[in-house]
Amino acid sequence: MHDRKSDEPGATSGRRARGELESGVLAALYGSDEPLTARQVKDRLPGDLAYTTVLTILSRLHDKGMLVRHRAGRGYAYAPARDEATHTADRMRSLLEHGTDREAVLTRFVSELSEADEQLLQRLLSEHGGPQQGGPQHGEPQHTGRTDEGP
Amino acid sequence: MLISVYVPLLITMVVAVFAPRAAPLLAPRPAAWSLVSAALVASLGWLGSLALLAFAGLAQLPEVAEEGRWSVAAVRASDPVYLTVAGIAALALLASVTGLAVAATRQLRHLRWARRECRLLPGDTELAVLDMELPEAFALPGAPGRIVVSRGMLRCLGDREREALLAHERAHLRCRHHLFQTLWRLTAAVNPLLRPLSGAGGFVLERWADEEAAVRVGDRTVVARAVGRAALATSANRSRPALAATGGAVPQRVRALLAPPPPRRALPFVAGAALLVMCCASLADAAGDSEQMIETAQHAACVTAQAAATSAQPLVPPHGPCCAHGRPDSPPHQH
Repeated sequence: MHDRKSDEPGATSGRRARGELESGVLAALYGSDEPLTARQVKDRLPGDLAYTTVLTILSRLHDKGMLVRHRAGRGYAYAPARDEATHTADRMRSLLEHGTDREAVLTRFVSELSEADEQLLQRLLSEHGGPQQGGPQHGEPQHTGRTDEGP
Repeated sequence: MLISVYVPLLITMVVAVFAPRAAPLLAPRPAAWSLVSAALVASLGWLGSLALLAFAGLAQLPEVAEEGRWSVAAVRASDPVYLTVAGIAALALLASVTGLAVAATRQLRHLRWARRECRLLPGDTELAVLDMELPEAFALPGAPGRIVVSRGMLRCLGDREREALLAHERAHLRCRHHLFQTLWRLTAAVNPLLRPLSGAGGFVLERWADEEAAVRVGDRTVVARAVGRAALATSANRSRPALAATGGAVPQRVRALLAPPPPRRALPFVAGAALLVMCCASLADAAGDSEQMIETAQHAACVTAQAAATSAQPLVPPHGPCCAHGRPDSPPHQH
């Protein structure tokens, strides 16, 4: 599993790399409570991305109608456009809650936990992950007031 | 024929018992491939053995022998199988084939649904976010597949853990894990004994995606934390009672990620491969025996017909040129 050339960032094709970056940007914006500037998004993404790369992705996603933005200082702060996501969520929720056969083709990230599993997991994580946090937001101060040098 | 036809059935049972226990302990990628090969060979061996057994019974029916121009007496003399055994094999074969057809239809429908859903999801990005608080994340196979994650899930993970989640789901899509699962489901439909392979396979695929994510993120602990946090958040948000039957898959994954990468071990794979080769070899042997039995019986029928023809000259041999094929060494008696 360690000899995969395709796992190296340089080897991935440009299109795929761009697709993955878009996912990362979307995930960061949805994971945040407030709108984020391009620099804040950059700080939340893995690797050492160029500021302009992030800015390009943000404006492309905005052009596609997936993000909304408002002025923040000299640049923009971006937030996900949630209408479509809400609509899809309704459809998916009914699918997932009814537990149909179709779930068979989905590979879910985590399966359900029993009570014993839950305790075991808490213990494993507290041994290795440092102190248990209620959520990641606690550890990451958010600088929403910060401006960023937009176009 | 007598023993070799039962060997694939026996091997299927051995595989069904041992493969699901061994697979989770091994490096996930080779383990998944091994489980796929095991499931494929075992179910083909199962179908082949049942077909040979059923055929050996069918060959003893006079009507079938008439059609195939062989001697029932000669087939019975070669002592193939009891008719009861052949009957049971025929029924099992019918059940297997029916099960396979039903499962294949269903699986195809599901995959088509997933493909359509991939197109219906908003946007053309790899990631589609669901605006719901309930933590949820899965890979939706399609062309191209999509990663579907709820807002609740993204909010309960840190920056690097989000990256781990995306890398995990991406690995599912890129390595086409849904095809593995489809194959396990189909083989389980052929032979319900193979159902545990599907369960073990599901776990192994998760481990595989975890390992890929760990390589991608460059930190096993981050992936472990992502899996653990996601699972805890999910169970905290579920109103329905957690199922104890999930058997601790998540803690096992987290534990494996907190440990060093699993070593590559050859012995279990060699043993499994040997077993599968044995399965194929005995099936081929049984098929050869079966063919020989029929040839012998055809020859016997021909000799009888020749004898009848020579004793009553005006009578034409009932089946025409029956000896020409199958027994090239037999003297050409025609005309």
